[in-house]
Amino acid sequence: MALNKDKRMAEEQAEFKQQTKQILKRFGRKRSNLIPILQKVQGKLGYLPREAMLEIAEFLNMPDIDVYSVVTFYNQFRLNPPGKHSIRVCLGTACHMKGGYITLDAWKRRLEIEPSETTPDREFDLDTVACVGCCTMAPVTVVDNKPQGKVEPTKVDGLLLGFELERKKQKPGGQLPTDEA
Amino acid sequence: MKTVSLTIDGNKVTASEGDKVLWAALDNGIYIPNLCALRDAAEPAAACRLCFIEVEGCSKPVTACTEPVQEGMVVNTKGANALRLARTGFELLMASHPVDCAHCASNGVCELQIIARHLSIKLKSKRFRKLLRELPIDSSSPEFVYDPNKCVLCGRCVWICRERLGIGALGFAYRGFKRMVTTFGGEPIAESSCHGCDECVLACPTGALTLKDQHGGVSRAQRQKDPQPTAP
Ligand code: FES
Ligand code: FES
Repeated sequence: MALNKDKRMAEEQAEFKQQTKQILKRFGRKRSNLIPILQKVQGKLGYLPREAMLEIAEFLNMPDIDVYSVVTFYNQFRLNPPGKHSIRVCLGTACHMKGGYITLDAWKRRLEIEPSETTPDREFDLDTVACVGCCTMAPVTVVDNKPQGKVEPTKVDGLLLGFELERKKQKPGGQLPTDEA
Repeated sequence: MKTVSLTIDGNKVTASEGDKVLWAALDNGIYIPNLCALRDAAEPAAACRLCFIEVEGCSKPVTACTEPVQEGMVVNTKGANALRLARTGFELLMASHPVDCAHCASNGVCELQIIARHLSIKLKSKRFRKLLRELPIDSSSPEFVYDPNKCVLCGRCVWICRERLGIGALGFAYRGFKRMVTTFGGEPIAESSCHGCDECVLACPTGALTLKDQHGGVSRAQRQKDPQPTAP
């Protein structure tokens, strides 16, 4: 089993490398291309895996830490694969006043991950945003691109239960889920 | 190269044209607090905001590391406005620095201690709320220990590793309060492209990077204390 997993990971890594190389073909070797490249690669892979960053650093002939530096600087870039469901907790001014941090803590506790991380089963990824424009509903959490209002910790549990039920419905007879990861 | 003469704190000094006031002062034994300045860097980072001076004819204090010397210039390193800026900058810096000098390998040689003494303020300031980061210490390198909690983000190690040595093992990552000096992917230094040359350690003004063989990973103060077990 572990061997299988290693093999799958190696295959995935080779695939990332291949796809990054493909994208790099369309760019010149200029440092100023770093951000457009990162955007394109993330657009294709969903995030910026290690292999992709290394490939890009080599292509632009810059220390790999410089690529990492830019990736960690901008909120837009992800170091973790996206989950099946995206959870975005608003910490804008209104949501902050209405206890956005308490909501965030509830998500963190339930999912057992920190912001900008993905659960190991790749079901959920968690992040924060700064105002999504529906402050009257504060505290807001955007779940799969749908803003949910008045998300207090109990509602966090409710939303998660909803996902749970949905998952159960999708595989009647307790069949094992097909591998999402 | 042409030399220019200027006055710093009433002393007549000369410096080469194009030089910055900071270096002219330091070369003539006049101390100006500084953390981020590097003599060989193409451009001053001017990030630490500690080197403020007052120049006659300038309405506001300026940073000594960016101010070029000029013929007949009159510099005051002790002006009240300049010192006020430097003190505030330093207090803000210390608000997220763990002050535990007695257990720090850099005790006695730390530039933060020197700066505090020069500005005659305490290392532990009451003015700002203390906010520490509690990041893990990296002792993976056989040569040195990296304690990111003690890092003041001056960038000296980053510059040396990349510009002078062309290695680029260290760099800045993240943003705002989370900003830190780290390796690619935040991996342990031993697994990075670090050669273990120790140049970064020599450049570090604080106790963030300390040599292992010199202190055995523990501070000098601790080693002195250890042989005598404390009475229960
Ligand atoms: S502050 Fe959260 S939606 Fe505006
Ligand atoms: S030495 Fe001038 S700003 Fe840091």
